[in-house]
Amino acid sequence: MHAARLALVVAVGSFRRYATYRVATVAGVVTNTAFGFILAFTFTALWSERPRLGGYDLPQALAFVWIGQALLAATALMGGGAENELQGRIRSGDVAVDLYRPADLQLWWLAADLGRAAFQLLGRGVVPLAVGALAFPLALPTTPLPWLLFLTSVTLGVVVGFALRYLVVLTSFWLLDGSGVSAMSGLLGVFFSGMLLPLTLFPGAFGETVRLLPWSSMLQVPADVLLEVRQGPDAARALGFQALWALALLGAGRLLQRVAIRRVVVQGG
Amino acid sequence: MVDGARAYGLIVAMWVRSTVAYRASFLMAVAVNFAVTGLDFAAIMIMFTHVDALGGFTVAEVAFLYGTTGMALGLADLLLGSMDKLGARVRDGTLDTLLVRPVPVFFQVAADRFALRRLGRVSQSLLVLGWSLTQLETAAWSAVQVALVPVMVLSGTAIFGAVFACGAAFQFWAQDASEVQNSFTYGGNTLLQYPPTVFATELVKGVTFVVPLAFVNWLPALRVLGRDDPLGLPGWVDFASPAVAALCCAVAAAAWRRGLRGYRSTGS
Repeated sequence: MHAARLALVVAVGSFRRYATYRVATVAGVVTNTAFGFILAFTFTALWSERPRLGGYDLPQALAFVWIGQALLAATALMGGGAENELQGRIRSGDVAVDLYRPADLQLWWLAADLGRAAFQLLGRGVVPLAVGALAFPLALPTTPLPWLLFLTSVTLGVVVGFALRYLVVLTSFWLLDGSGVSAMSGLLGVFFSGMLLPLTLFPGAFGETVRLLPWSSMLQVPADVLLEVRQGPDAARALGFQALWALALLGAGRLLQRVAIRRVVVQGG
Repeated sequence: MVDGARAYGLIVAMWVRSTVAYRASFLMAVAVNFAVTGLDFAAIMIMFTHVDALGGFTVAEVAFLYGTTGMALGLADLLLGSMDKLGARVRDGTLDTLLVRPVPVFFQVAADRFALRRLGRVSQSLLVLGWSLTQLETAAWSAVQVALVPVMVLSGTAIFGAVFACGAAFQFWAQDASEVQNSFTYGGNTLLQYPPTVFATELVKGVTFVVPLAFVNWLPALRVLGRDDPLGLPGWVDFASPAVAALCCAVAAAAWRRGLRGYRSTGS
Protein backbone atom coordinates (compact mmCIF):
# COMPACT_ATOMS: atom_id res chain seq x y z
CA MET A 1 0.00 0.00 0.00
CA HIS A 2 2.73 2.39 1.03
CA ALA A 3 4.80 1.43 -2.00
CA ALA A 4 1.87 2.01 -4.38
CA ARG A 5 1.18 5.45 -2.90
CA LEU A 6 4.83 6.38 -3.13
CA ALA A 7 5.00 5.22 -6.75
CA LEU A 8 1.96 7.31 -7.59
CA VAL A 9 3.47 10.41 -5.98
CA VAL A 10 6.75 9.88 -7.84
CA ALA A 11 4.93 9.36 -11.14
CA VAL A 12 2.80 12.48 -10.71
CA GLY A 13 5.86 14.50 -9.76
CA SER A 14 7.70 13.24 -12.83
CA PHE A 15 4.71 14.04 -15.08
CA ARG A 16 4.63 17.62 -13.77
CA ARG A 17 8.37 17.97 -14.08
CA TYR A 18 8.35 17.12 -17.78
CA ALA A 19 5.26 19.27 -18.30
CA THR A 20 7.27 22.28 -17.09
CA TYR A 21 9.45 22.45 -20.19
CA ARG A 22 6.84 23.73 -22.62
CA VAL A 23 9.21 25.15 -25.22
CA ALA A 24 11.12 21.87 -25.33
CA THR A 25 7.83 20.03 -25.82
CA VAL A 26 6.85 22.28 -28.72
CA ALA A 27 10.32 21.86 -30.23
CA GLY A 28 9.98 18.09 -29.96
CA VAL A 29 6.56 18.14 -31.61
CA VAL A 30 7.96 20.17 -34.52
CA THR A 31 10.79 17.67 -35.00
CA ASN A 32 8.53 14.61 -34.79
CA THR A 33 6.18 16.19 -37.32
CA ALA A 34 9.02 17.04 -39.71
CA PHE A 35 10.35 13.47 -39.57
CA GLY A 36 6.81 12.18 -40.00
CA PHE A 37 6.46 14.06 -43.27
CA ILE A 38 9.82 12.87 -44.61
CA LEU A 39 9.12 9.23 -43.76
CA ALA A 40 5.54 9.43 -45.02
CA PHE A 41 6.78 10.51 -48.46
CA THR A 42 9.39 7.75 -48.63
CA PHE A 43 6.81 5.17 -47.54
CA THR A 44 4.43 6.49 -50.20
CA ALA A 45 7.13 5.93 -52.83
CA LEU A 46 7.84 2.45 -51.49
CA TRP A 47 4.20 1.35 -51.27
CA SER A 48 3.34 2.77 -54.69
CA GLU A 49 6.00 0.43 -56.13
CA ARG A 50 4.83 -2.52 -54.05
CA PRO A 51 1.27 -2.22 -52.69
CA ARG A 52 0.53 -4.54 -49.72
CA LEU A 53 4.22 -4.63 -48.79
CA GLY A 54 4.73 -6.25 -45.38
CA GLY A 55 1.00 -6.95 -45.18
CA TYR A 56 0.03 -3.27 -44.98
CA ASP A 57 -1.80 -1.18 -47.53
CA LEU A 58 -0.70 2.43 -48.05
CA PRO A 59 -3.04 4.07 -45.45
CA GLN A 60 -1.86 1.50 -42.89
CA ALA A 61 1.80 2.07 -43.75
CA LEU A 62 1.33 5.83 -43.42
CA ALA A 63 -0.47 5.35 -40.11
CA PHE A 64 2.51 3.25 -38.99
CA VAL A 65 4.85 6.18 -39.70
CA TRP A 66 2.82 8.64 -37.67
CA ILE A 67 2.17 6.19 -34.81
CA GLY A 68 5.94 5.78 -34.68
CA GLN A 69 6.52 9.52 -34.45
CA ALA A 70 3.80 9.80 -31.80
CA LEU A 71 5.39 7.08 -29.65
CA LEU A 72 9.03 8.04 -30.17
CA ALA A 73 9.25 10.29 -27.10
CA ALA A 74 6.91 8.26 -24.88
CA THR A 75 8.84 5.02 -25.35
CA ALA A 76 12.16 6.94 -25.10
CA LEU A 77 13.46 4.91 -28.02
CA MET A 78 16.24 7.35 -28.77
CA GLY A 79 17.07 7.91 -25.12
CA GLY A 80 15.75 10.51 -22.73
CA GLY A 81 14.13 8.17 -20.22
CA ALA A 82 13.74 9.33 -16.63
CA GLU A 83 16.44 6.91 -15.47
CA ASN A 84 19.08 8.92 -17.35
CA GLU A 85 19.56 10.82 -14.14
CA LEU A 86 20.32 7.62 -12.24
CA GLN A 87 23.30 7.08 -14.53
CA GLY A 88 24.83 10.36 -13.37
CA ARG A 89 24.06 9.49 -9.76
CA ILE A 90 25.86 6.17 -10.07
CA ARG A 91 28.88 7.90 -11.55
CA SER A 92 29.02 10.62 -8.91
CA GLY A 93 28.28 8.24 -6.05
CA ASP A 94 25.01 9.95 -5.11
CA VAL A 95 23.32 6.60 -5.64
CA ALA A 96 24.50 5.75 -2.09
CA VAL A 97 21.95 8.28 -0.83
CA ASP A 98 19.21 6.69 -2.94
CA LEU A 99 20.02 3.26 -1.56
CA TYR A 100 19.34 4.11 2.05
CA ARG A 101 16.00 5.69 1.28
CA PRO A 102 13.07 3.53 2.41
CA ALA A 103 12.00 3.00 -1.21
CA ASP A 104 12.83 0.41 -3.81
CA LEU A 105 15.28 1.76 -6.39
CA GLN A 106 13.79 0.02 -9.43
CA LEU A 107 10.19 0.80 -8.52
CA TRP A 108 11.08 4.45 -7.89
CA TRP A 109 12.57 4.92 -11.34
CA LEU A 110 9.85 2.87 -13.02
CA ALA A 111 7.26 5.20 -11.50
CA ALA A 112 9.28 8.24 -12.58
CA ASP A 113 9.54 6.88 -16.11
CA LEU A 114 5.83 6.08 -16.33
CA GLY A 115 5.03 9.65 -15.28
CA ARG A 116 7.37 10.94 -17.96
CA ALA A 117 5.91 8.65 -20.59
CA ALA A 118 2.34 9.67 -19.72
CA PHE A 119 3.22 13.31 -20.28
CA GLN A 120 5.15 12.67 -23.47
CA LEU A 121 2.39 10.53 -24.92
CA LEU A 122 -0.01 13.44 -24.49
CA GLY A 123 2.38 16.34 -25.05
CA ARG A 124 4.40 14.90 -27.90
CA GLY A 125 2.18 12.19 -29.31
CA VAL A 126 -1.22 13.70 -29.96
CA VAL A 127 -0.24 16.63 -32.18
CA PRO A 128 2.03 14.74 -34.65
CA LEU A 129 -0.60 12.01 -35.08
CA ALA A 130 -3.32 14.63 -35.64
CA VAL A 131 -1.19 16.51 -38.18
CA GLY A 132 -0.42 13.25 -39.94
CA ALA A 133 -4.12 12.36 -40.07
CA LEU A 134 -4.91 15.75 -41.61
CA ALA A 135 -2.15 15.63 -44.21
CA PHE A 136 -2.34 11.97 -45.26
CA PRO A 137 -5.07 9.31 -45.45
CA LEU A 138 -4.35 7.20 -42.35
CA ALA A 139 -6.02 3.91 -41.54
CA LEU A 140 -6.94 4.75 -37.94
CA PRO A 141 -9.83 2.93 -36.24
CA THR A 142 -13.05 4.78 -35.46
CA THR A 143 -14.26 2.46 -32.68
CA PRO A 144 -12.98 2.81 -29.09
CA LEU A 145 -11.84 -0.81 -28.54
CA PRO A 146 -8.65 -0.73 -30.68
CA TRP A 147 -7.68 2.55 -29.05
CA LEU A 148 -8.11 1.06 -25.55
CA LEU A 149 -6.04 -1.98 -26.53
CA PHE A 150 -3.49 0.38 -28.06
CA LEU A 151 -3.15 2.37 -24.81
CA THR A 152 -2.68 -0.87 -22.85
CA SER A 153 -0.12 -2.03 -25.38
CA VAL A 154 1.74 1.30 -25.26
CA THR A 155 1.85 1.14 -21.45
CA LEU A 156 3.34 -2.35 -21.60
CA GLY A 157 5.76 -1.15 -24.28
CA VAL A 158 6.88 1.70 -22.05
CA VAL A 159 7.50 -0.74 -19.18
CA VAL A 160 9.52 -3.03 -21.47
CA GLY A 161 11.53 -0.02 -22.67
CA PHE A 162 12.19 1.08 -19.12
CA ALA A 163 13.20 -2.43 -18.02
CA LEU A 164 15.72 -2.62 -20.87
CA ARG A 165 17.17 0.80 -20.19
CA TYR A 166 17.34 0.08 -16.46
CA LEU A 167 19.57 -2.91 -17.21
CA VAL A 168 21.72 -0.60 -19.32
CA VAL A 169 21.97 2.00 -16.58
CA LEU A 170 23.06 -0.65 -14.07
CA THR A 171 26.14 -1.35 -16.22
CA SER A 172 27.38 2.06 -15.04
CA PHE A 173 28.23 0.39 -11.73
CA TRP A 174 31.00 -1.39 -13.64
CA LEU A 175 31.80 0.94 -16.52
CA LEU A 176 31.28 4.28 -14.71
CA ASP A 177 30.70 6.06 -18.02
CA GLY A 178 27.56 4.49 -19.41
CA SER A 179 27.19 6.65 -22.49
CA GLY A 180 28.58 4.00 -24.85
CA VAL A 181 26.19 1.26 -23.73
CA SER A 182 23.30 3.73 -23.68
CA ALA A 183 24.00 4.72 -27.25
CA MET A 184 24.20 1.05 -28.24
CA SER A 185 20.87 0.33 -26.56
CA GLY A 186 19.24 3.32 -28.28
CA LEU A 187 20.54 2.05 -31.59
CA LEU A 188 19.07 -1.42 -31.10
CA GLY A 189 15.81 0.17 -30.01
CA VAL A 190 15.42 2.29 -33.12
CA PHE A 191 16.21 -0.55 -35.51
CA PHE A 192 14.45 -3.46 -33.81
CA SER A 193 11.30 -1.61 -32.73
CA GLY A 194 10.25 -0.88 -36.30
CA MET A 195 10.99 2.84 -36.15
CA LEU A 196 13.06 2.78 -39.35
CA LEU A 197 10.94 0.22 -41.19
CA PRO A 198 8.05 -2.00 -40.05
CA LEU A 199 9.50 -5.30 -38.83
CA THR A 200 7.22 -7.22 -41.22
CA LEU A 201 9.48 -5.99 -44.05
CA PHE A 202 12.56 -7.64 -42.56
CA PRO A 203 13.42 -10.69 -44.64
CA GLY A 204 13.07 -14.37 -43.73
CA ALA A 205 14.31 -15.91 -40.50
CA PHE A 206 15.97 -12.64 -39.53
CA GLY A 207 12.59 -10.94 -39.66
CA GLU A 208 10.95 -13.68 -37.61
CA THR A 209 13.63 -13.44 -34.92
CA VAL A 210 13.43 -9.65 -34.82
CA ARG A 211 9.68 -9.80 -34.22
CA LEU A 212 10.25 -11.97 -31.12
CA LEU A 213 12.75 -9.60 -29.52
CA PRO A 214 11.60 -7.27 -26.71
CA TRP A 215 12.08 -4.12 -28.82
CA SER A 216 9.12 -5.03 -31.02
CA SER A 217 6.95 -4.31 -27.94
CA MET A 218 7.77 -0.64 -28.23
CA LEU A 219 6.33 0.14 -31.66
CA GLN A 220 5.56 -2.85 -33.88
CA VAL A 221 3.12 -4.50 -31.45
CA PRO A 222 1.22 -1.33 -30.38
CA ALA A 223 0.97 -0.22 -34.02
CA ASP A 224 -0.36 -3.61 -35.16
CA VAL A 225 -2.92 -3.52 -32.36
CA LEU A 226 -4.12 -0.05 -33.35
CA LEU A 227 -4.15 -0.86 -37.06
CA GLU A 228 -6.24 -3.97 -36.23
CA VAL A 229 -3.71 -6.14 -38.02
CA ARG A 230 -3.82 -8.05 -34.76
CA GLN A 231 -7.28 -8.23 -33.26
CA GLY A 232 -9.37 -10.51 -31.07
CA PRO A 233 -7.37 -13.43 -29.65
CA ASP A 234 -4.33 -12.34 -31.63
CA ALA A 235 -4.41 -8.94 -29.91
CA ALA A 236 -4.60 -10.72 -26.55
CA ARG A 237 -1.55 -12.78 -27.54
CA ALA A 238 0.25 -9.57 -28.50
CA LEU A 239 -0.41 -8.04 -25.09
CA GLY A 240 0.63 -11.27 -23.39
CA PHE A 241 3.89 -11.24 -25.35
CA GLN A 242 4.60 -7.73 -24.11
CA ALA A 243 3.68 -8.59 -20.52
CA LEU A 244 6.03 -11.58 -20.55
CA TRP A 245 8.94 -9.49 -21.76
CA ALA A 246 8.13 -6.79 -19.20
CA LEU A 247 8.17 -9.31 -16.32
CA ALA A 248 11.29 -11.10 -17.56
CA LEU A 249 13.27 -7.90 -18.03
CA LEU A 250 12.13 -6.32 -14.76
CA GLY A 251 13.15 -9.56 -13.04
CA ALA A 252 16.56 -9.49 -14.71
CA GLY A 253 16.90 -5.88 -13.58
CA ARG A 254 16.25 -6.88 -9.97
CA LEU A 255 18.86 -9.62 -10.11
CA LEU A 256 21.48 -7.38 -11.67
CA GLN A 257 20.64 -4.65 -9.16
CA ARG A 258 21.37 -7.03 -6.27
CA VAL A 259 24.81 -7.79 -7.69
CA ALA A 260 25.48 -4.16 -8.57
CA ILE A 261 24.68 -2.78 -5.13
CA ARG A 262 27.41 -4.92 -3.59
CA ARG A 263 29.86 -2.89 -5.64
CA VAL A 264 28.94 0.40 -3.99
CA VAL A 265 31.68 1.63 -1.71
CA VAL A 266 30.83 4.69 0.37
CA GLN A 267 33.86 6.77 1.19
CA GLY A 268 34.40 7.68 4.80
CA GLY A 269 31.78 5.22 6.09
CA MET B 1 40.33 34.25 -36.14
CA VAL B 2 43.73 32.53 -36.11
CA ASP B 3 43.80 32.73 -32.30
CA GLY B 4 40.28 31.36 -32.23
CA ALA B 5 41.19 28.41 -34.42
CA ARG B 6 44.24 27.72 -32.25
CA ALA B 7 42.12 27.80 -29.10
CA TYR B 8 39.58 25.54 -30.83
CA GLY B 9 42.38 23.06 -31.51
CA LEU B 10 43.59 23.16 -27.91
CA ILE B 11 40.12 22.65 -26.42
CA VAL B 12 39.42 19.85 -28.88
CA ALA B 13 42.68 18.12 -27.95
CA MET B 14 41.73 18.37 -24.28
CA TRP B 15 38.33 16.77 -24.85
CA VAL B 16 39.83 14.03 -26.98
CA ARG B 17 42.24 13.15 -24.16
CA SER B 18 39.39 13.16 -21.68
CA THR B 19 37.12 10.87 -23.74
CA VAL B 20 39.90 8.40 -24.43
CA ALA B 21 40.36 8.03 -20.67
CA TYR B 22 37.27 5.79 -20.45
CA ARG B 23 38.56 3.55 -23.19
CA ALA B 24 35.89 0.83 -23.25
CA SER B 25 33.13 3.37 -23.33
CA PHE B 26 34.86 5.41 -26.04
CA LEU B 27 35.43 2.43 -28.33
CA MET B 28 31.85 1.37 -27.85
CA ALA B 29 30.65 4.89 -28.65
CA VAL B 30 32.65 4.97 -31.91
CA ALA B 31 31.35 1.55 -32.88
CA VAL B 32 27.81 2.63 -32.09
CA ASN B 33 28.13 5.86 -34.03
CA PHE B 34 29.37 3.82 -36.98
CA ALA B 35 26.58 1.28 -36.57
CA VAL B 36 23.75 3.77 -36.01
CA THR B 37 24.33 5.21 -39.42
CA GLY B 38 24.99 1.69 -40.71
CA LEU B 39 21.56 0.47 -39.64
CA ASP B 40 20.08 3.53 -41.30
CA PHE B 41 21.60 2.25 -44.51
CA ALA B 42 20.55 -1.31 -43.73
CA ALA B 43 16.95 -0.07 -43.66
CA ILE B 44 17.43 1.38 -47.15
CA MET B 45 18.93 -1.92 -48.34
CA ILE B 46 15.93 -3.79 -46.91
CA MET B 47 13.67 -1.42 -48.86
CA PHE B 48 15.57 -2.34 -52.01
CA THR B 49 15.08 -6.07 -51.39
CA HIS B 50 11.40 -5.34 -52.09
CA VAL B 51 11.72 -2.82 -54.95
CA ASP B 52 14.17 -2.18 -57.81
CA ALA B 53 13.88 1.58 -57.78
CA LEU B 54 12.64 4.22 -55.38
CA GLY B 55 11.26 7.36 -57.02
CA GLY B 56 12.97 6.12 -60.21
CA PHE B 57 16.42 5.93 -58.56
CA THR B 58 18.46 2.73 -58.29
CA VAL B 59 20.12 1.50 -55.12
CA ALA B 60 23.52 2.82 -56.25
CA GLU B 61 22.08 6.26 -56.89
CA VAL B 62 20.36 6.36 -53.51
CA ALA B 63 23.62 5.21 -51.91
CA PHE B 64 25.39 8.09 -53.65
CA LEU B 65 22.88 10.55 -52.17
CA TYR B 66 23.20 8.81 -48.80
CA GLY B 67 27.00 8.97 -48.79
CA THR B 68 27.28 12.60 -49.81
CA THR B 69 24.77 13.98 -47.32
CA GLY B 70 26.05 11.65 -44.60
CA MET B 71 29.62 12.88 -45.04
CA ALA B 72 28.52 16.52 -45.04
CA LEU B 73 26.39 16.12 -41.92
CA GLY B 74 29.02 13.95 -40.23
CA LEU B 75 31.79 16.50 -40.73
CA ALA B 76 29.59 19.42 -39.63
CA ASP B 77 28.45 17.39 -36.62
CA LEU B 78 32.05 16.56 -35.71
CA LEU B 79 33.17 20.19 -35.94
CA LEU B 80 30.15 22.02 -34.51
CA GLY B 81 27.73 19.35 -33.25
CA SER B 82 28.22 20.21 -29.59
CA MET B 83 26.74 23.65 -30.12
CA ASP B 84 23.27 22.37 -29.29
CA LYS B 85 24.40 22.29 -25.65
CA LEU B 86 24.45 26.09 -25.69
CA GLY B 87 20.88 26.31 -24.37
CA ALA B 88 21.89 24.50 -21.18
CA ARG B 89 24.76 26.97 -20.68
CA VAL B 90 22.44 29.94 -21.17
CA ARG B 91 19.96 28.41 -18.72
CA ASP B 92 22.38 27.80 -15.89
CA GLY B 93 24.53 30.84 -16.54
CA THR B 94 27.80 29.00 -17.22
CA LEU B 95 28.10 30.88 -20.52
CA ASP B 96 29.38 33.81 -18.45
CA THR B 97 32.60 31.90 -17.80
CA LEU B 98 33.21 31.65 -21.53
CA LEU B 99 32.64 35.39 -22.00
CA VAL B 100 35.55 36.40 -19.75
CA ARG B 101 38.07 34.13 -21.46
CA PRO B 102 40.27 35.76 -24.12
CA VAL B 103 39.00 33.48 -26.91
CA PRO B 104 36.01 34.08 -29.22
CA VAL B 105 32.93 32.51 -27.62
CA PHE B 106 31.98 30.81 -30.88
CA PHE B 107 35.13 28.66 -30.89
CA GLN B 108 34.76 27.82 -27.22
CA VAL B 109 31.16 26.69 -27.66
CA ALA B 110 31.97 24.79 -30.84
CA ALA B 111 34.82 22.88 -29.19
CA ASP B 112 32.98 22.27 -25.94
CA ARG B 113 32.51 18.52 -25.27
CA PHE B 114 34.05 17.76 -28.66
CA ALA B 115 32.99 14.21 -29.50
CA LEU B 116 35.55 12.25 -31.49
CA ARG B 117 33.11 9.33 -31.70
CA ARG B 118 31.30 11.27 -34.43
CA LEU B 119 34.01 10.11 -36.82
CA GLY B 120 31.88 6.96 -36.89
CA ARG B 121 29.25 8.60 -39.08
CA VAL B 122 31.85 10.18 -41.35
CA SER B 123 33.67 6.91 -41.97
CA GLN B 124 30.47 4.94 -42.51
CA SER B 125 29.19 7.50 -45.03
CA LEU B 126 32.56 7.48 -46.78
CA LEU B 127 32.32 3.72 -47.17
CA VAL B 128 28.82 3.94 -48.63
CA LEU B 129 29.90 6.74 -50.96
CA GLY B 130 32.90 4.73 -52.12
CA TRP B 131 30.73 1.68 -52.72
CA SER B 132 28.18 3.72 -54.68
CA LEU B 133 30.91 5.16 -56.92
CA THR B 134 31.95 1.64 -57.92
CA GLN B 135 28.33 0.70 -58.66
CA LEU B 136 27.13 3.76 -60.56
CA GLU B 137 26.55 3.20 -64.24
CA THR B 138 27.60 6.70 -65.24
CA ALA B 139 29.65 5.45 -68.17
CA ALA B 140 32.35 8.09 -68.53
CA TRP B 141 33.07 10.39 -65.66
CA SER B 142 33.83 13.86 -66.98
CA ALA B 143 36.27 16.06 -65.07
CA VAL B 144 33.34 18.24 -64.01
CA GLN B 145 31.46 15.32 -62.48
CA VAL B 146 34.56 14.13 -60.61
CA ALA B 147 35.26 17.62 -59.26
CA LEU B 148 31.67 18.08 -58.15
CA VAL B 149 31.86 15.27 -55.56
CA PRO B 150 34.38 16.85 -53.14
CA VAL B 151 32.91 20.31 -53.79
CA MET B 152 29.53 18.92 -52.83
CA VAL B 153 30.79 17.38 -49.60
CA LEU B 154 32.65 20.51 -48.51
CA SER B 155 29.82 22.91 -49.39
CA GLY B 156 27.41 20.54 -47.69
CA THR B 157 29.53 20.56 -44.55
CA ALA B 158 29.45 24.36 -44.56
CA ILE B 159 25.66 24.45 -45.10
CA PHE B 160 24.97 21.96 -42.29
CA GLY B 161 27.52 23.83 -40.14
CA ALA B 162 25.62 27.06 -40.73
CA VAL B 163 22.41 25.30 -39.66
CA PHE B 164 24.12 24.16 -36.44
CA ALA B 165 25.36 27.71 -35.80
CA CYS B 166 21.94 29.26 -36.52
CA GLY B 167 20.34 26.71 -34.21
CA ALA B 168 22.80 27.67 -31.48
CA ALA B 169 22.13 31.39 -32.02
CA PHE B 170 18.40 30.67 -31.76
CA GLN B 171 18.98 29.15 -28.31
CA PHE B 172 19.99 32.55 -26.93
CA TRP B 173 16.27 33.33 -27.12
CA ALA B 174 14.64 29.92 -26.78
CA GLN B 175 16.89 27.95 -24.48
CA ASP B 176 14.89 24.75 -24.49
CA ALA B 177 14.26 24.59 -28.21
CA SER B 178 17.49 22.89 -29.27
CA GLU B 179 15.49 19.98 -30.68
CA VAL B 180 14.01 22.12 -33.47
CA GLN B 181 17.35 22.20 -35.23
CA ASN B 182 17.28 18.39 -35.38
CA SER B 183 14.49 18.76 -37.96
CA PHE B 184 16.94 20.54 -40.23
CA THR B 185 20.14 18.63 -39.45
CA TYR B 186 19.22 14.99 -38.86
CA GLY B 187 15.84 15.46 -40.54
CA GLY B 188 17.49 17.19 -43.48
CA ASN B 189 20.00 14.37 -43.70
CA THR B 190 17.20 11.77 -43.83
CA LEU B 191 15.44 13.84 -46.48
CA LEU B 192 18.53 14.16 -48.66
CA GLN B 193 19.20 10.40 -48.55
CA TYR B 194 16.20 9.89 -50.80
CA PRO B 195 15.76 11.26 -54.33
CA PRO B 196 13.82 14.54 -54.64
CA THR B 197 11.30 12.78 -56.90
CA VAL B 198 9.93 11.02 -53.79
CA PHE B 199 8.77 14.22 -52.13
CA ALA B 200 5.98 16.72 -52.75
CA THR B 201 7.05 19.69 -54.90
CA GLU B 202 6.28 22.16 -52.08
CA LEU B 203 8.72 20.35 -49.81
CA VAL B 204 11.42 20.33 -52.51
CA LYS B 205 10.86 24.05 -53.11
CA GLY B 206 11.08 24.69 -49.36
CA VAL B 207 14.49 23.03 -49.03
CA THR B 208 15.73 24.76 -52.17
CA PHE B 209 14.65 28.36 -51.61
CA VAL B 210 13.94 28.70 -47.87
CA VAL B 211 16.42 26.44 -46.06
CA PRO B 212 18.78 25.65 -48.95
CA LEU B 213 19.50 22.04 -48.00
CA ALA B 214 18.97 20.97 -51.62
CA PHE B 215 22.41 22.45 -52.35
CA VAL B 216 24.07 19.99 -49.94
CA ASN B 217 23.71 17.19 -52.47
CA TRP B 218 20.45 17.06 -54.43
CA LEU B 219 21.20 19.68 -57.10
CA PRO B 220 24.88 18.86 -57.70
CA ALA B 221 24.17 15.13 -57.39
CA LEU B 222 21.50 15.29 -60.07
CA ARG B 223 24.16 16.70 -62.39
CA VAL B 224 26.61 13.95 -61.47
CA LEU B 225 23.96 11.29 -61.98
CA GLY B 226 22.80 12.89 -65.22
CA ARG B 227 19.23 13.38 -64.00
CA ASP B 228 16.77 16.21 -64.54
CA ASP B 229 15.91 18.29 -61.56
CA PRO B 230 12.18 18.11 -60.70
CA LEU B 231 11.91 21.89 -60.29
CA GLY B 232 13.39 22.57 -63.74
CA LEU B 233 15.92 25.11 -62.46
CA PRO B 234 18.60 26.48 -64.84
CA GLY B 235 21.72 24.30 -65.16
CA TRP B 236 24.16 26.67 -63.46
CA VAL B 237 22.28 26.13 -60.18
CA ASP B 238 23.99 22.72 -59.93
CA PHE B 239 27.30 24.53 -59.45
CA ALA B 240 25.98 27.13 -57.00
CA SER B 241 26.59 25.07 -53.85
CA PRO B 242 29.79 26.87 -52.74
CA ALA B 243 28.14 30.27 -53.17
CA VAL B 244 25.05 29.13 -51.28
CA ALA B 245 27.28 27.71 -48.54
CA ALA B 246 29.10 31.05 -48.22
CA LEU B 247 25.78 32.86 -48.00
CA CYS B 248 24.55 30.46 -45.32
CA CYS B 249 27.71 31.02 -43.29
CA ALA B 250 27.28 34.80 -43.55
CA VAL B 251 23.68 34.51 -42.32
CA ALA B 252 24.78 32.21 -39.49
CA ALA B 253 27.56 34.61 -38.47
CA ALA B 254 25.11 37.53 -38.35
CA ALA B 255 22.60 35.49 -36.34
CA TRP B 256 25.30 34.36 -33.93
CA ARG B 257 26.51 37.95 -33.36
CA ARG B 258 22.98 39.20 -32.74
CA GLY B 259 22.29 36.36 -30.34
CA LEU B 260 25.48 36.84 -28.39
CA ARG B 261 24.98 40.60 -28.18
CA GLY B 262 21.47 40.10 -26.84
CA TYR B 263 22.66 37.70 -24.11
CA ARG B 264 21.72 39.07 -20.69
CA SER B 265 23.03 36.30 -18.43
CA THR B 266 20.87 34.61 -15.83
CA GLY B 267 19.52 35.75 -12.49
CA SER B 268 18.34 39.16 -11.37
